[in-house]
Amino acid sequence: MAGGEHQPIGILGAARDAGKTALLALGLCIPIVLLRTEQDFSNQLMLEPRFGLTLTLVAIAYFARFAWLLLADWRKSRPAPVARVPIFAGVVVSPEAARRFAIGGLVFLFAYPMLSLLLVGPAGSVKWIDNFGIQILIYVMLGWGLNIVVGLAGLLDLGYVAFYAVGAYSYALLASNDVVKDFMAEMIGPWFWPAWGFWLCLPVAGILAAFWGVILGFPVLRLRGDYLAIVTLAFGEIIRMILINWVDVTNGYAGISGIPRPSFFGLPFTASESGFAATFGLEFTPLHRTIFLFYLILFLALLTNVVTLRLRRLPVGRAWEALREDEIACRSLGINTTNTKLTAFAIGAGFGGFAGAFFATRQNFISPESFTFLESAVILAIVVLGGMGSQIGVAIAAIAMIGGTELLRELDWLKHLFGADFDPTQYRMLLFGLAMVIIMIWRPRGLISNRQPTVFLTSRRAISGDLVKEGHG
Amino acid sequence: MRWETAPLLGIEHLTMRFGGLVAVNDVSFSAGRGDITAIIGPNGAGKTTVFNCITGFYKPTSGRMVLSHTGNAVPEDVAALTRSGARFARRGANALFLLERMPDFEIAANARVARTFQNIRLFTGMTALENLIVAQHNALMDASGWTVLGLLGAPRYRRAEEAAIERARYWLDLIDLTSRADDPAGSLPYGAQRRLEIARAMCSNPLLLCLDEPAAGLNPRESAELNKLLKTIQSQHDTSILLIEHDMSVVMEISDHVIVLEYGIKISDGTPEFVRNDPKVIAAYLGVEDEDVEAVARGELP
Repeated sequence: MAGGEHQPIGILGAARDAGKTALLALGLCIPIVLLRTEQDFSNQLMLEPRFGLTLTLVAIAYFARFAWLLLADWRKSRPAPVARVPIFAGVVVSPEAARRFAIGGLVFLFAYPMLSLLLVGPAGSVKWIDNFGIQILIYVMLGWGLNIVVGLAGLLDLGYVAFYAVGAYSYALLASNDVVKDFMAEMIGPWFWPAWGFWLCLPVAGILAAFWGVILGFPVLRLRGDYLAIVTLAFGEIIRMILINWVDVTNGYAGISGIPRPSFFGLPFTASESGFAATFGLEFTPLHRTIFLFYLILFLALLTNVVTLRLRRLPVGRAWEALREDEIACRSLGINTTNTKLTAFAIGAGFGGFAGAFFATRQNFISPESFTFLESAVILAIVVLGGMGSQIGVAIAAIAMIGGTELLRELDWLKHLFGADFDPTQYRMLLFGLAMVIIMIWRPRGLISNRQPTVFLTSRRAISGDLVKEGHG
Repeated sequence: MRWETAPLLGIEHLTMRFGGLVAVNDVSFSAGRGDITAIIGPNGAGKTTVFNCITGFYKPTSGRMVLSHTGNAVPEDVAALTRSGARFARRGANALFLLERMPDFEIAANARVARTFQNIRLFTGMTALENLIVAQHNALMDASGWTVLGLLGAPRYRRAEEAAIERARYWLDLIDLTSRADDPAGSLPYGAQRRLEIARAMCSNPLLLCLDEPAAGLNPRESAELNKLLKTIQSQHDTSILLIEHDMSVVMEISDHVIVLEYGIKISDGTPEFVRNDPKVIAAYLGVEDEDVEAVARGELP
């Protein structure tokens, strides 16, 4: 296909070529797919022919090849582009368009719960707000938090989920602790803790996670590259092992349940007289809390974004990026690289802790199962896929990865194609892996690989990802 | 001679061993305040090792490196500081530093020694302007109230950043790169990258600028421009220069003081004129017959 002097193949030619492909597919399908052995009632082996499935596969092969050839034809017939500026997936995006995109996205996000209520009604919208909206936003926030460590400072952290866990357990243990509750009841009044406990515990959880970021940071900062990755991976596992084995405090595998729910600035989401619904004269529905949680995580995620964008323009953020580019040059300019790395670890971990506290209050139940290495891998995949250092890229990658996996649950119509026992959710990870491989071939530096300069004299021009380094770990 | 009357940097008995290899063997010299001091020598003579020791990238095996900001270190003060075990002593404007005791970033930040590298180490994915702003990290960090004030958008930080951009613009003008300020440093031509690295080092406001082969890979015209730039730095800024160079047109034209190393040992030290005519230097560079080595060392053969 790659030859420069290729003749256009034409529709007839494409059909003929696709026919060959279909024949090949048929040849492959006959021994592999067509016959299946089944046991009948008398335990005898029967051969069951599967004509439908074979035909479907052959048809897919035929049309895929046909479309591919025509697409190649079409691409060759186009005049060669003069200068391509690869910004987003081959599409040229001006800063003005990017800003409009961001504003449009924000408006959409704020209207999202209302939209889903309007479109699918109260019963159906729980799924769309909770499973899609909140779930994706948690990962957007985690991706943005890890982006500080991996994308900006260039430190490969494979144990980010540890800070997520520290945040979640800090919140769960503090908010449901009777000693704290009694103390607050004595000091201020019994109404105080149920109403404001969440708002006090949230920042504390973030600070504790940041503190653990510093604790992890100290021993590992002399390590680089693969060694750093291994130690952070081990740290993530250590935290999980502690959560499993320190049964007195964490309740081990059984986890912590009955974690206090957040209040609407003092008004609980209950059916009681003093509840949120009664105060505002609304009919009580659990949906209120879901919508509130949506806006809460939206706020937390946007906070992460705004702080990160501001930090990038401050000396500490520039030092992070300089560190990613060349650590030795940083030291020759008087930058204390240890402190710089520690701040990156601490701030990234702090945002992970916030997300963890939110996760705990939303789930109402946490256990070590939620904080496995797979979570770290997914968050890191979001950052790498989005393009390291790019805020909007990370958000898009989180939507694609988390939203994509959730959407695969919705693919029941595929049963009509592949038979009733076909379960699309079982292929989720397979499809997911395939999609990642394809994207990494197509855009090896992530969806948005360009770097926006933090300061400029005459004009702000994006820097090609080829010049931006990835950090040595 | 300024390196005798007002030494900014005094190296005493510097030795650096890597396992069994003695890269620098008992080298002592001084660099005068306001001078351009050149260290020359054949490949593998230990020049870059001396640099790495001065800038803290290597911890020397033994030796003392005294940096005096005013260039009038009193021997008693130096001895007292050495005995005290401290890394530096400040008395008003005069500050004394024992570089062998300090980590690399402190040497750059407090002792005010900046350096460039033999293989250019710019932040290639950042613009030329950003490179110069990062170099002013410590001053900006103070102005941003350790990030807190800056995060809140304090006017003090905004003013400091404007001043930093102004300073960067001055250096961009001087190295003739203003028109490419917003281009990534990695996309600049080689000669421009060399100049930008020098400007970046100067933006950290150093008293001693260490240049590791600044003319390597430059064509004669670019070399001449480099000479001019270094002369400007010497005359208009309170910065002394220590440079390693192979290009003799640069060394002989601009240096006030030349030190020659060979196999980790200092073989000559003096004005360019003196070094040029030193038979030991000529022997090191041009080579002599084996049987003549002794004679050269005794000073009998030119």
